[in-house]
Amino acid sequence: MEHWTDQGIILAARAHGENGAVASVLTRDHGRHNGYVYGAKSSKMRGNLEAGTWIEIEWTSRVSDQLGQFKFEQGKNSAARMMHDPLKLAALLSACALCDSALPEREGHSAIYHGMMALIETLQTSVWAQSYIMWELAFLKELGFGLDLTRCVAGGDSRTLTYVSPKSGCAVSLKEGYPYREKLLVLPDFLKPEPVWNTMNYPGNETEDESARDIIKGLTLTGYFLQHWVFAHHSQGVPKARERLGSMAVKQFTTAAA
Amino acid sequence: MNKDTSKDGALGHLIKQLAGLPGLGPRSARRAALHLVMRKEDTLRPLAAALNEAADKIQTCPNCGNLDDLSPCRICQDHHRDHGLICVISGVSDLWAIERTGGYRGVYHVLGGILSALDGISIADLSLDLLKSRIEKNSPREIILALPATVDGQATAHVVMDMLSETPVKTSRLAHGMPVGGELDYLDDGTILTAFRARG
Repeated sequence: MEHWTDQGIILAARAHGENGAVASVLTRDHGRHNGYVYGAKSSKMRGNLEAGTWIEIEWTSRVSDQLGQFKFEQGKNSAARMMHDPLKLAALLSACALCDSALPEREGHSAIYHGMMALIETLQTSVWAQSYIMWELAFLKELGFGLDLTRCVAGGDSRTLTYVSPKSGCAVSLKEGYPYREKLLVLPDFLKPEPVWNTMNYPGNETEDESARDIIKGLTLTGYFLQHWVFAHHSQGVPKARERLGSMAVKQFTTAAA
Repeated sequence: MNKDTSKDGALGHLIKQLAGLPGLGPRSARRAALHLVMRKEDTLRPLAAALNEAADKIQTCPNCGNLDDLSPCRICQDHHRDHGLICVISGVSDLWAIERTGGYRGVYHVLGGILSALDGISIADLSLDLLKSRIEKNSPREIILALPATVDGQATAHVVMDMLSETPVKTSRLAHGMPVGGELDYLDDGTILTAFRARG
């Protein structure tokens, strides 16, 4: 009999039969893992199966290759704290959908688990959008698609990094990148290793317009690499939840910046 | 006589059909089938007639998505109802649940599901265009979103609210919080948290 206990975050749950469900969970030590949940539609269990819920898990199976059965305890529902905010809820759903779609099953990714835990906490702060973009960068890196945003790939000045090459995923300085600016992605200020601080953009002093524009730049940047690198060969493409977050953010932050 | 009937016999075929219904497994299907065939005139023939009638007559209302044998449905045709209030719900079972309360006298709009990546339901699969055209045509006073208090349900509610923000109609959502007869000790933390947020 195979058996382990762990902690995890619910990524998705698909109804199976009348009362059961197959849950996909991002665990701390066992990676993304699926399992059958008996009585998933009971009032006691239903709240635990929402995306983003942190739970204590017990998994049992007769042999290790089988789907196995989950037992959950002590659910901590994160989504309930964000349900009133469309963008934060969309960000949580997007992160869960990305993990569910891109992570191979039963392959340990404790860094992504801890990143998700931190993201869920920061989604309740005012810098949630920047945190989400940084989480996506870390997610790309963990999957082997890390971006190098610390130096200019064309040998330019690393203090004036302004663009990102869509081919290499490396930063490009203003001088080297300007002639090709139409083809390059824009690097948001909060991702620059050495931002040139002045009274206008010193942390806390950014105007709402600048902050909103930076968030759109950041989501466009990570969205490009998710689409062209991570999900390039996925039949389903980028999860709908991520696309929805992108379009909602553009709509809301463009209105804020206007 | 179809293949299934010839293989299992008429009784076996009936049991197989009943076992496919929600709430019935093979054992309960056998009990139900036995009950029906033992009371042919009282139960089986009226049930067969009712099933035939339902198959022939019940259709989806082109206005709101409800199921009825009239088109538009009885609720849409009822002039005593307040047509200035439209309650948006995910499925017909939710409509029945609200009707059971007897406390709502407006009309409905059945979306046909909620956004779900796992079930493959996207924005295009929901009857949002029909809702929009109803709003343009009838200019209702208020749209009430009665969607599930789940992550997918609330994500759907945000999408609908976003779409309705382009129209002048007032939108509202059902409150979340303590259920009637609920004790704090037995509630999950999400419910308690939303109840605190929405306290009055």
